[in-house]
Amino acid sequence: MEAIKTVNLSKKYKTKTAVNNLNLTIHKGELYALLGVNGAGKSTTIKMLSCLTQPTSGDAELMGHSILNETDKVKELINVSPQETAVAAKLSVRENLEFIARIYGSNKKEARDKTDKIIEEFSLGEIEKSKASTLSGGWQRRLSIAMALITEPEVLFLDEPTLGLDVLARRELWNVIEKLKGKMTIILTTHYLEEAESLADRIGIMARGVLCAEGTADELKAKAGNDNFEEAFITLAGEALK
Amino acid sequence: MKSIIFASRNTKEITRDIMTSLFGIGFPIVLLVLLSAINNSIPKDYGPKLFNIELLAPGITVFGLSFLSLFSSMLISKDRTTSFMLRLFTSPLKPSDFILGYTMPLIPLAIIQSTVCYICALFLGLQFSANLIAAIVVNIPVAIVFIALGLLFGSVLNEKAVGGICGALLTNLSAWFSNIWFDTSMVGGAFKAIADLLPFSHAVNAARAAVAGDFGAIFPDLWWVIGYAVVLTAAAIAVFTIRIKKN
Repeated sequence: MEAIKTVNLSKKYKTKTAVNNLNLTIHKGELYALLGVNGAGKSTTIKMLSCLTQPTSGDAELMGHSILNETDKVKELINVSPQETAVAAKLSVRENLEFIARIYGSNKKEARDKTDKIIEEFSLGEIEKSKASTLSGGWQRRLSIAMALITEPEVLFLDEPTLGLDVLARRELWNVIEKLKGKMTIILTTHYLEEAESLADRIGIMARGVLCAEGTADELKAKAGNDNFEEAFITLAGEALK
Repeated sequence: MKSIIFASRNTKEITRDIMTSLFGIGFPIVLLVLLSAINNSIPKDYGPKLFNIELLAPGITVFGLSFLSLFSSMLISKDRTTSFMLRLFTSPLKPSDFILGYTMPLIPLAIIQSTVCYICALFLGLQFSANLIAAIVVNIPVAIVFIALGLLFGSVLNEKAVGGICGALLTNLSAWFSNIWFDTSMVGGAFKAIADLLPFSHAVNAARAAVAGDFGAIFPDLWWVIGYAVVLTAAAIAVFTIRIKKN
């Protein structure tokens, strides 16, 4: 089944076309990485798919619901971990998690139970009473992703989830993301090519608002004629930018 | 329901910023005490009647509520710059949930502020009566006017700009056109006409009528205030909706 299907999805800002006639299909349960240099259109694509911004033309369906006409339904099914850590600074870890669970429809008891479960899964027990603002960058990012998962979304958007984290914190988050594979559809944007290569089932490369290459990491390397994924990316994205 | 959940988050944000709450409650009391002291030091019948405690206290409670504009505008404009808000924009929360969620936690603060102000006024010579409860109730729609104004400005301006608009300009405007510090009919002309069109003098008149127990005189003025509260809240929701879509 298709979790996401975009049809000629486009976004224009005055004179700039950020996304141009994007036709993308992502299957249910797939982890799809969206790669591209700065300004390629990745974040705009995520913004449109998560109903943050309206497309100029075209449409997309998430789990069969249009982002244009069924925004409320789409919002119930998705969750987003934005590029920057998105936590309520003055709330504790537990309060942040319970708050998000509740605005997605859980009653008090359900929210408490879901919070207990996710605190255990993300090993947040030792900091559950700490205010989010007092946590390190790594812990805040971990909390931010836990907040996206507590609603048990069918489609999860991870926008640069490991940006700015040290190597150890990044690897820990990779393990977390790895465990999610197959449980939900995940769209991951990242600048770390090894992250996409290691985690993604399929990878899409965007350049100048267009999807210029798509496939598994091995397929993309074969297409570029290079065994090194970073070199393959440079070749494929570079060709599109010429 | 979702607005109540969002309101509970905002309540925690507000109550955990103790200094802001203390300033909101404390500043009107300081004004009340100072102005009463000045009034007492002026020979009887020479000082302005508006500074007599039965007129001054309801006026100061309304003036104190103007600080709610600053609180609400800072809260929403600060949130707007965070990724946390980006996350909430992708959630099932609707624009009305946001605006009501920001409004609700500030109403108890308004009630506390007015109550503390009237208790203080009792020590300064105001006669205790059940009318004071009516005066506190009258201040609720007044508080909503100021909160909605703050939310309206906070939805379009950044944190720095709302400090100037709501902290300085709005506080001054609401003071000049309010009948608290001077009777606007003494100025007359266009000034009086503008004062009559704005909600501030009506808010003070309604509060004074409530304190005096002249309940029949409350409503012509309070209708103005309630009308402004409804229109400004609806405007804040509309502007916030546009801001979300423009994201």
